[in-house]
Amino acid sequence: MNTPQANAAATRMTYREACKQALREALLSDSRVFLMGEDIGRYGGCYAVTKGLLEEFGEERIRDTPLSESAFVGAGVGAAMAGMRPIVEIMTVNFSLLALDQILNNAVTIPHMSGGQFAIPLVIRMATGGGRRVGAQHSRSLEGWYAHIPGLRVLTPATVEDARFMLKGALADPNPVIIFEHVMLYNMEGDLPSDMEKVDIAHAKLRRAGRDVSLITYGGSLFKALEAADALAAEGIDAEVIDLRVLRPLDTKTILDSVAKTRRCVIIDEGWRSGSISAEIGMRIAEEAFFELDAPLRRVCSREAPIPYAAHLEDACLPQVATIVAVARELVRPS
Amino acid sequence: MPALGADMEAGTLVEWLVKPGDRVKSGDVVAVVETQKGAIEVEIFLEGVVSNILVPVGARVPVGTVLAQIDGAPGAAPPLPLEPAAAALKPAPQILAQAPPMPAITAPSSRLKITPAARRRATALSLDPTMIVKGTGVEGSIRLADVETYASGAKLAQRPAKKGLDLSQMRQAIAAAMSRSKREIPHYYLTETVDLNAALTWIERFNAEKTPVERILPAVLFLKAAALALREQPQLNGAYENGAFIPSSSIHVGWAISLRGGGLIAPAIRDADKKSLAELMGAMRDLVERARRGNLRSSELTSPTVTVTSVGDRGAESVTGIIYPPQVAIIGFGRVVTRPWVVDGRIETRPLVTVSLAADHRVTDGHIGGLYLAAVGRLLQEPDKL
Repeated sequence: MNTPQANAAATRMTYREACKQALREALLSDSRVFLMGEDIGRYGGCYAVTKGLLEEFGEERIRDTPLSESAFVGAGVGAAMAGMRPIVEIMTVNFSLLALDQILNNAVTIPHMSGGQFAIPLVIRMATGGGRRVGAQHSRSLEGWYAHIPGLRVLTPATVEDARFMLKGALADPNPVIIFEHVMLYNMEGDLPSDMEKVDIAHAKLRRAGRDVSLITYGGSLFKALEAADALAAEGIDAEVIDLRVLRPLDTKTILDSVAKTRRCVIIDEGWRSGSISAEIGMRIAEEAFFELDAPLRRVCSREAPIPYAAHLEDACLPQVATIVAVARELVRPS
Repeated sequence: MPALGADMEAGTLVEWLVKPGDRVKSGDVVAVVETQKGAIEVEIFLEGVVSNILVPVGARVPVGTVLAQIDGAPGAAPPLPLEPAAAALKPAPQILAQAPPMPAITAPSSRLKITPAARRRATALSLDPTMIVKGTGVEGSIRLADVETYASGAKLAQRPAKKGLDLSQMRQAIAAAMSRSKREIPHYYLTETVDLNAALTWIERFNAEKTPVERILPAVLFLKAAALALREQPQLNGAYENGAFIPSSSIHVGWAISLRGGGLIAPAIRDADKKSLAELMGAMRDLVERARRGNLRSSELTSPTVTVTSVGDRGAESVTGIIYPPQVAIIGFGRVVTRPWVVDGRIETRPLVTVSLAADHRVTDGHIGGLYLAAVGRLLQEPDKL
């Protein structure tokens, strides 16, 4: 897979490498930055993102923690309150539920309850998503749940450049930020423009311009949407692809502008349909762009079931290119 | 918005012929409404001053919608009801063109399926989206491209004049009404052959003294006989609605008129049993002419209490009709044929007509129907009394 925009003067690297470079840069540029999480030190991280960092930065700054998400996220909240810039890794979003109390009741609430006396410049990284054949307890996409919480910024880097530079913006944010890295993206290679130094963490991005239908998505589903757009183009259907990048606060304007142009929309979300971020996006379109619509809104989401272990069942459960193509085609050229 | 046909659910206000401040009286034509049957003039049935036009030109509204308000009508309500719910329960004397006794069905399926973007575009272009017959969008919805296509087509080939008849729409209306009839009404059919010797001899004598304009056709005798016989069998004259038959005290005969280029319409000849033959002939001529021009009045389409169809010289020998709901009977007259006929034990050639009755078995049985046909036959033997 490739990032969609190649650049002549660019370095080719994996998404994993981009994440690691971002962490290294943060550790090098700010002594207040330290990493905390399960198996991030000696083991090098569950997805090998932090491999080698312990050797380079030492145990003080690369801290292996006990298997207690509540404890080490809580420690991160405290450290942030005390002026540090902790970057906490939770192995996957599935295990973050143990830390949900710390995130919701402390990290996003203390700045409010303290009347602004405390800021919580905490960054939490988590892997998310399915497709790796690791069963129901390791394969969910719960980022939509976090996008429900006021006071959080929720980032979903899908490209190498976003993996490389979103962390910098997140660390500069005085409030808690969660970065969701999709498990299927770590091995993806992409080109990083050599003159690039930062990305914004506020806006969605047009990844492919089109006239006939908007495919709105984020994270791991971005490349499925882009592949679907290629397939649709072969049929003469010109699909536009929007990468949300930020699930909270949502960049409603970019969404509405796209829908106003194409008048048709498919939202692709690996989360479960009911009460999902796709539901929120669809509702905003209905509220604010109703008269632009020339077809019903459609969604491609995960089946509402625990994500299966068996490969064929997992594939059937998650959004796939063929489904996106079929749903988009039906909107543009009803059978 | 009056229901101008059994299956009409909505109509488009094409033209207002009055404006606020105008004084109106019963029988005045106040507006033109476009329906599947073409442009129909809407009459008013009360007197007063138009105080408020509620539905603008171009709007398509469901049957039963108040089109305008009339002040000074007996028992007129305040101009603007304060509580819509309460007002809706009252029979509203200020309603223009009283809704006739037909169920105003607004089934969800009848709603125009059009995307928001297409509807907005149609409004911007001042197009009536109901004129777009086929949508190409999801679930057959009318979408933006359909509006644009229609708009460009309409510019090229000016759409049929507002007052003309849209035959494809009429076909749909006939299809809907007849399907409903065959679906809901358990028809029974009876026929009777009637000797027309006396009737035709009488007509020949009657016409001999008249100018061509004053001459009458056999169909007029059929119409009058059919109407008079209904006085004897009132259960064939009225409407079946909501599970019950409502007899009509008047006999308004819907006279079936076939239109050039296809289509059929059956406007009413009011109080046909009380009109003279000359009056009936005049009414018939007038209706045929106006029906073919697409210039009928709303009351003429809604008031028939029974239908009579006469196939004339070029038709078949007998006709078995389909009842026009909510009516409960249709009487058919076939082509007049000359055949051997037994008269006083001897075979003679006689002009004969087959009179048929299709009636609603929920309301009457064959016994009543038989008595009715016998009465028609008897009345046609004494044409001078018609």
